[in-house]
Amino acid sequence: MKKNYKIEVDCANCANKMEEAANRTEGVKQATVNFMALKMVVEFEDGCEPSAVMEEVRKNCKKVEDDCEIYF
Amino acid sequence: MNKKQKSVLFRILATVVLMAILALLPVSGYVRFGLFMIPYLVIGYDILKKAAKGIWNRQVFDENFLMAVATVGAILLGEYTEGVAVMLFYQIGELFQSYAVGRSRKNISELMDIRPDYANIEENGTLRRVDPDEVEVGTVIVVQPGEKIPIDGVVTEGASSLNTSALTGESVPRSVKAGEEVISGCINLSGVLKLRTTKEFGESTVSKILDLVENASSKKSRSENFISKFARYYTPAVCYGAAALAVLPPLVRLVFLDLSADWGTWIYRALTFLVISCPCALVISIPLSFFAGIGGASKQGVLVKGSNYLEALSHAKYVVFDKTGTMTQGVFEVAGVHHNTLPEGRLLEYAALAESSSSHPISKSLQRAYGGEIDRNRVTDVQEIGGEGVLAKVDGVPVAAGNGKLMRRLGLEYSECRSVGTLVHLAVDGAYAGHILIADMLKPHAKDAIAALKKCGVKKTVMLTGDAKNVAEHVASELAIDEVHAELLPGDKVSQVERLLGEKRSGETLAFVGDGINDAPVLSRADIGIAMGALGSDAAIEAADVVLMDDDPLKIAKAIRLSRKCIRIVYENIYFAIGVKLICLLLGALGIANMWIAIFADVGVMVLAVLNAIRVLFTKRL
Repeated sequence: MKKNYKIEVDCANCANKMEEAANRTEGVKQATVNFMALKMVVEFEDGCEPSAVMEEVRKNCKKVEDDCEIYF
Repeated sequence: MNKKQKSVLFRILATVVLMAILALLPVSGYVRFGLFMIPYLVIGYDILKKAAKGIWNRQVFDENFLMAVATVGAILLGEYTEGVAVMLFYQIGELFQSYAVGRSRKNISELMDIRPDYANIEENGTLRRVDPDEVEVGTVIVVQPGEKIPIDGVVTEGASSLNTSALTGESVPRSVKAGEEVISGCINLSGVLKLRTTKEFGESTVSKILDLVENASSKKSRSENFISKFARYYTPAVCYGAAALAVLPPLVRLVFLDLSADWGTWIYRALTFLVISCPCALVISIPLSFFAGIGGASKQGVLVKGSNYLEALSHAKYVVFDKTGTMTQGVFEVAGVHHNTLPEGRLLEYAALAESSSSHPISKSLQRAYGGEIDRNRVTDVQEIGGEGVLAKVDGVPVAAGNGKLMRRLGLEYSECRSVGTLVHLAVDGAYAGHILIADMLKPHAKDAIAALKKCGVKKTVMLTGDAKNVAEHVASELAIDEVHAELLPGDKVSQVERLLGEKRSGETLAFVGDGINDAPVLSRADIGIAMGALGSDAAIEAADVVLMDDDPLKIAKAIRLSRKCIRIVYENIYFAIGVKLICLLLGALGIANMWIAIFADVGVMVLAVLNAIRVLFTKRL
């Protein structure tokens, strides 16, 4: 399952770090962050609950970049 | 500027003023230190705070942390001015970057300002505005002059001219009257139009296009992936370099050379390393270039589905075309009826009826030439044979309409034609009954389009068509196309493209250009599938990587030039930014470059790279 999330982040490198952090999160098959469009596309592993996974993704992203936000 | 940016701007100005005053004050010692802490904290408090959080989260290579270490280090060494200046310029750079990014985001969303806000529904003689999302298929909506058409539909009443420039980049208005289909996103210029909607808002052209553009840069190009990888290694590498620079040379001097350690000098040099260690310039300018490239292209009516396709397009060396609807107008006119055993009108009637279930342009032209009412109840047992034609019963009489292959399949003798055009042979009741000559017109820019492609370095142009050999060759020689393959079935087109894909050298790409009718498999097989005139054709928008919104083949060369410009700027930025940083690192290690030069390598390069990236947006003169 693929979902599209709006994000808030200030710098391009932070967006890259968020992408990395999201990809490290369990339950995420593939995540891409598009800094210019301020979007995160997340493909979930089968059988994962997106909102629970996204909670973890947000936590991991906050660790690498305190100033970011993901809306879901 | 938003609120955040304004407050940063204010802090920057305040710091500049404070620094100017401090430069004039004759103070020294702790007083001087204390006074310098004021501008330092004014400009840098948020960076310091973030750095502390970074340490807490064990993010050592966080750029805030690096900036904090560099500036605190400089201050401890007594270089107050430099410490504050690094922070100041870092903030200026960040502000500039966020302003530039915000502006281009806005620019591009303005380019694509085609989203309709409402639809008018007439109720008891008055107009009511509703959300386009709520309008059901088949509803009659009213579009007044100056309004955008919110949903695809058919005109039921009224006549007007439409401005399609937001969709196609074409500035000449298109006139429409009752019975014609219109697509959403056009602006109604003159008269009131009543439309019966044929799609839901979410399925309408405008939604599809917006969706496509908004999700475009999610597919990343090789250069973007290279940069994010580079950034991942660059920062840590420079930081370790800085640590080594701070410790090793003094130790070597102490132990082996019997000199004084000179810690201050080496730590200062290490701190300049930290200032250069931020990969900002690269990391921002590359996606910005692609974003601007995709935006600039959509302004010209060229939709690119991802930056990887923009990159692939720039390497296009082989361009393969479909003929009908791509190089020719696809508007066929019946040019004559020959060798007919039945009266002309009767033959046309049979042909029109037999082909009535097909939406192919040829069958439309037959229907036009016939002119009479098409009563589909008269047609039974329709059997389409792909690439050959159609078998059907008209009024119970078996009719076969198609090309020579169909006649051969039926074992019938048929006569060829000396004129160039598409032939529809007809067999009525098992006997050959003559053929109808249908001629297609070349698009006005077709010839220029091929010449333009050659001019921008395309090695080979190839035309693939299901049409007869003599027609195909005639068109190819007229347009100066290098290679032509005729009488192909849809599957043959795929294998031809595969053969060409095997022929090309690595690093070169092959683009296939089609009008989206019947060529979805080829569009997806080619390195880059370009669908043209694809407005309203969902399958083509789906299968293609690049969509030309109008059907002018000249746009192909334009799209290639545009992609080349974008890629050139991307590479300029990569070489420039990495080059300057490496040189500054070297000079910094040797002690030639001081912290001021390091600030240039960081902020100056970023500003220049961003300005260069924005250049991609200017597509007018391409």
